[in-house]
Amino acid sequence: MRIGIDIGSTAAKAAALEGDELVCTLVVPTGFNGVDAAMRLADGLRAQGIDPTACDANVVATGYGRISVPYAGKTVTEITCHGRGATYLFGGNGTIIDVGGQDTKVIQLQDGKVKKFVMNDKCAAGTGKFLEVIADRMGVTQEELATLAAAGEPTQISSMCTVFAESEVISLIGKGEPRENIANGVIESVITKVASLAGNLVQGDVFLTGGLCDNDYVLERLSSHLGKPVCTDPNARYAGAIGAALSI
Amino acid sequence: MAIDRHELWGNLGMDLETHDVLCSVLPQAFGDVYLSQENRPEGMAFWDMVVADVHGIRPQELVDEQAKGRKVFGTFCTYVPDEVVIAADGIVTGLCGGSQFWVPEGEKYLPADMCPLIKASLGARMGKTCPFFRIVDQIVGETTCDGKKKMYEIMAEDVPMYIMNLPNMKRPQDVAAFADEIALFKANVEEVTGNEITVEKLAEAIKVINERRKALARVYETRKNSDVIPISGTDALLMMQIAFFDDPVRCAQMANKLADELEQRLVDGVSVFPAGTKRILLTGTPLAIPNWKLHHIIETSGAAIVCEENCTGTKFFTNLVDESQTTLEGMYQALAERYMKINCACFTPNKTRIDEVLALAKEYKVDGVINTNLKFCTTFKTEAPALEKALEEAGIPVLDIETDYTDNDAEQLRTRIGAFVEMLSE
Ligand code: SF4
Ligand code: SF4
Repeated sequence: MRIGIDIGSTAAKAAALEGDELVCTLVVPTGFNGVDAAMRLADGLRAQGIDPTACDANVVATGYGRISVPYAGKTVTEITCHGRGATYLFGGNGTIIDVGGQDTKVIQLQDGKVKKFVMNDKCAAGTGKFLEVIADRMGVTQEELATLAAAGEPTQISSMCTVFAESEVISLIGKGEPRENIANGVIESVITKVASLAGNLVQGDVFLTGGLCDNDYVLERLSSHLGKPVCTDPNARYAGAIGAALSI
Repeated sequence: MAIDRHELWGNLGMDLETHDVLCSVLPQAFGDVYLSQENRPEGMAFWDMVVADVHGIRPQELVDEQAKGRKVFGTFCTYVPDEVVIAADGIVTGLCGGSQFWVPEGEKYLPADMCPLIKASLGARMGKTCPFFRIVDQIVGETTCDGKKKMYEIMAEDVPMYIMNLPNMKRPQDVAAFADEIALFKANVEEVTGNEITVEKLAEAIKVINERRKALARVYETRKNSDVIPISGTDALLMMQIAFFDDPVRCAQMANKLADELEQRLVDGVSVFPAGTKRILLTGTPLAIPNWKLHHIIETSGAAIVCEENCTGTKFFTNLVDESQTTLEGMYQALAERYMKINCACFTPNKTRIDEVLALAKEYKVDGVINTNLKFCTTFKTEAPALEKALEEAGIPVLDIETDYTDNDAEQLRTRIGAFVEMLSE
């Protein structure tokens, strides 16, 4: 049994592999405390008959909270893990785009190895954080935000900076702009930033991983910006955790 | 740290209270980065001692020399020829600010979106929290990047400032123009010091600075060994950073002593990193003291820096000045020719930097290159893609990092650098 734990800034994920078969996945909110999230994942795994704290368990931790998993034997960065997880899910060639809670990464894969990668700088533009802040402000979940966006008209949100964009959104709300339109502008702003980060790194097929991957509208807009289809997989949000399990 | 320096600092008109805050954080930072390293060369003891009393030992020396009538010149750029000052029995000290501590003070006078080196430098002068900035009799600025040029205008309100006009290109007529500029600088130095610069004195100064270059190069030479890494990049960087502040003759002595030890380490197979550690060349903007951020993160992420291609690295000592000239004019030209070989992004075109990085990557047998620029440094950032492309074409993996003096991005940098090292290990 190989277990991967991916402590992201928003969601903490676990994946367990029996041989090469994915037998269990789990996600919990990270909350304020990475160690606590890791312990909750351990509880969840135990409920499914997998004990990650058993002495013979093989556990690798990744993600921005990778050092807060007390029962992990080693840590590997999320870039390497996403590369390995994506190789497992999609094959070892192409480009992975991961829109994480705090970081957005673009990884070029060649024969199952990370060839090149970029990560957004510490600013929140183009990351899940941006969506989280705005969704909170509009009183909806991020999923609802994306659904609203699909029904909206293009609306300009010109600020890249989350703080300024938030006040733009407030003033749009004040002007009575339909929520669908605001949501549309917000999603568009994130996708534009992600696409520009991906820039000339995009090579071969493009796969989206991370929390936004099961949203059709996000996939559609990203495809349109990159000018090529963007694929995903129901397990894509576990790519980091799967990659961690594969790093044992 | 035995000696209380408050009297010295008080006499220099420093803001003692704020400066005490700086003095209280530096030892911790130094301990975390330096003293946690294992198996350091014994020769590093000299630089450890200097840093432990960085605002004391050397400033006291400078003040003592000033009392004897010598003049101190502060500089910001490796293009300013130390030889001219030395020839007039003057003293040169580097001034570049490398700490976030000075940035907020600099931002009182400068736009926030300016490189931290510029902001910290002005902040250190205006906030009266760096003795070197207080001691200098004259500052020598230069027309390199726009940010520094405009900063010098503000600093000139507060301290005597002399600006050298640097060309932006490197055609023969530009080299000749820089030789003329050196002649003008000679006149300025003679005026400030009251000493005449003769052919003999300038020839002697050229030798002194060449000796320093050779000594530092000897240390770097030992880092080219593919099996043994006799000194960490973090330690080598400290030697380079202090080279800007120290007396050139002592600097050469200490570097030669260190080189002796490192050469012996190569013979004995004493490495500070385990076999197989990935070898990194770091290139980009200068790393002024106490900016140890990237070195520390890289060398605690499973890699070793074996070469710094920047102004606190190879640019400081590569190429010697021709010692065969017998006239002042000939020497100005020889100096200009040497200095104009420094491949700084402020010049256009700067393709020679790419060639140099490629050559160094080979010489130092590196596994990967990390290219870095200080935030808001337009020149280095803009030429980064061309450099990266050339490296990729040569099959050398490269990671690009833009950062400043704060620690806000340290965790993210750890991830990116860690991933890069993992990538090199695949
Ligand atoms: S990087 Fe350029 S401007 Fe800066 S010290 Fe070096 S040569 Fe001078
Ligand atoms: S790092 Fe760049 S912006 Fe800063 S002083 Fe040097 S050349 Fe100018």
